[in-house]
Amino acid sequence: MKTFKIGGVHPEENKISAGVAIKNLSLPKTAVIPLSQSLGAPSVPIVNKGDKVLTGQLIAQGNSFISSNIHSPVSGTVSKIDDMMDASGYRRKAIIIDVEGDDWVDAIDRSPEIKQEIVLNKEEIVACIKNAGIVGLGGATFPTHVKLMVPEGKKAEYLIINAVECEPYLTSDHRIMLEKGEEVMIGIKILMKALAVDSAYVGIENNKPDAIEHLSKLAEKYSGIKVVALKVKYPQGGEKQLIKALINREVPSGKLPIEVGCVVQNVGTAFAVYEAVQKNKPLIERVVTVTGKAVANPSNFIVRIGTPVSALLEAAGGIPDDTGKVINGGPMMGKAVNSTEIPVVKGMSGLVLMPEKEAKRMKVSNCIRCAKCVSACPMGLAPYLIAQTAEIGQEEMAESLRVLDCIECGSCSFTCPSGRPLLENIRMAKNKVGQIIRSRAK
Amino acid sequence: MHGDQTVRKIMWGVVIALIPAMLVSFWYFGIGALLLTAVAVLTCLVVEFLIQKFLLKEPNSISDGSAVITGILLALNVPSNLPVWMMVVGSIVAIGVAKMTFGGLGKNPFNPALVGRVFMLISFPVNMTSWPTPLVNRTVLVDALTGPTSLGIVKEGLAKGDSMSDIMAQLPSYAEMLLGNMGGSLGEVSAIALILGGLFMLIRKIITWHIPVTFLGTVFLFTGVSYLIDPTKYIDPVFHLLAGGLMLGAIFMATDMVTSPMTKSGMVVFGIGCGLLTVIIRVWGAYPEGVSFAILIMNALVPLINKGFKPKKFGEVVKNG
Repeated sequence: MKTFKIGGVHPEENKISAGVAIKNLSLPKTAVIPLSQSLGAPSVPIVNKGDKVLTGQLIAQGNSFISSNIHSPVSGTVSKIDDMMDASGYRRKAIIIDVEGDDWVDAIDRSPEIKQEIVLNKEEIVACIKNAGIVGLGGATFPTHVKLMVPEGKKAEYLIINAVECEPYLTSDHRIMLEKGEEVMIGIKILMKALAVDSAYVGIENNKPDAIEHLSKLAEKYSGIKVVALKVKYPQGGEKQLIKALINREVPSGKLPIEVGCVVQNVGTAFAVYEAVQKNKPLIERVVTVTGKAVANPSNFIVRIGTPVSALLEAAGGIPDDTGKVINGGPMMGKAVNSTEIPVVKGMSGLVLMPEKEAKRMKVSNCIRCAKCVSACPMGLAPYLIAQTAEIGQEEMAESLRVLDCIECGSCSFTCPSGRPLLENIRMAKNKVGQIIRSRAK
Repeated sequence: MHGDQTVRKIMWGVVIALIPAMLVSFWYFGIGALLLTAVAVLTCLVVEFLIQKFLLKEPNSISDGSAVITGILLALNVPSNLPVWMMVVGSIVAIGVAKMTFGGLGKNPFNPALVGRVFMLISFPVNMTSWPTPLVNRTVLVDALTGPTSLGIVKEGLAKGDSMSDIMAQLPSYAEMLLGNMGGSLGEVSAIALILGGLFMLIRKIITWHIPVTFLGTVFLFTGVSYLIDPTKYIDPVFHLLAGGLMLGAIFMATDMVTSPMTKSGMVVFGIGCGLLTVIIRVWGAYPEGVSFAILIMNALVPLINKGFKPKKFGEVVKNG
């Protein structure tokens, strides 16, 4: 079975909520919609305090090359535009809407009927995706339309659909594949048309045999789409690792997937693309997994952007007593949130409630040079050495050790028997090296 | 999120892996072996504790198991009739000089047990090279019947100009060597017990195959070729594999994570280097045994090996298929 070659680890999978069907979560009383929901520049609000808005109405625009539109996920009145804490822990600009009913913009097709025929052309599709404010839903939140505009001189050969969901616990992509398989397939065809490629690969780890079977069966009807089962190994959802696993090409250091003729999109994004292009529905809701070993009802919710996290936790049976951390994202790359009042945003794939015991950091001891981090690093780096250079402030050395190649997957910290904060130190070095490189360019 | 490996688990895993070899040494050499092992382990723990408490003034880490390993390995490296005070001195050197002066676990460039052993070998050459015969006088502490090690027999025999067949006649059979019924240090005797421990460490992912296999393989190949060239001057490769401290060194000492290279390719180079040096010292050197020196020399080269053998980086290969 296929997988990537260098490094990787196998954390406990704990896909507790895999068998739980997606449920609709009721609307919040107030929705908090942060203006920074994608990589790149924050969106610029186009509504004012006191304005009435409809569900699906554009409320903030992405004006720079890398930025995205934001639509109102609810109907009601804009009560204020203010700094609110978001998942980053910082207070940043957000639009706050008091919810009144649920009146949708007329142009949105809310019927359950599946629309097969793709009528828009290449340019129209990209424009539609841009308008709908779609961003990468795997967690990186890179604006999707930007990825679809292949730079001059490069050619896309393959569309790669990331359905790996290699993070432990998370199951939102898994459920989307099972319940919205047809829509996902059409979404993939739309993306293929936008990129003018004939071939798409869907990579799914074989801990989801039902999803592999379901999509493989559907794929028979759609030409050019191939579903590939992958051996379970973290971090296969890293795009470079996924491309290596699927078509055995290596994205060169410092380059993007398009260098080897690939564009990678998340499977949840493909579903959002279907809704945007076929149903004219902007990205105003997403599937979020709420799970944890002690959680009463581990669930997958379809939830409007702007809903407070506390509402999701409540619906999953509340926060268990011994919870040490609530993690936004998976346990490997996710970050602990410092308030449950932060809103759901486009990039939030799951909330994992870690028991106190597992959330605690290990006592740090000396590096015993066991080289486990070296074997685990999927980018072939020497994490122990880079972390050391960070500790002693030798950024130039960190740069020559290719710290910028680090994809921050956390395999090194995961595997370290001494409990050393390898990833934290490497991140620090990465930041500083980035600054140094930028200052050199000046 | 964190995996389930901890330093403590790794170190105590090594201790478990050493149990078969220890039991065999107790069986063959009796209470002498038991006493020396206990003294070595205890001294290592006490020295580490005292240094951390009074010199470094840091929380003690003796429960992590690494000092226990050093103690056991050290004991496995001496003859069973070694005076107890020598064992104490060796342990002090191993932990005090070779480990703690560099900052404790993880920072020492040389394997502490080997440093302790070589220190004793040079300081007390007579006591360190008189080998009690196994199974005899298991209950007597000192002065049991002694005899040379098999490697010693070969070296001396060749020096005297004896023919290889005469020498072979004095040597234990391979079966005896596998089980451990031969003269030698506590842990140099039973290859099977050592291999058992090695397999345990492989399964528990404490070590990888790279160092032991390349180390043993190199010794086998090198001695095999010289045997084929002139069987009257060189003894056969199977003997080399089973004799002396090779198994102990290749499985437990060369694989010490602290003092071995960080990459798989580096480990292979390290293993081959250990093997070559071992044979060179055994065949042409003054000492009958070369494993300790070979590993220590290769320990010194580890920083260089790490520099020369970096991990294979992702995205460095331009060729795409």
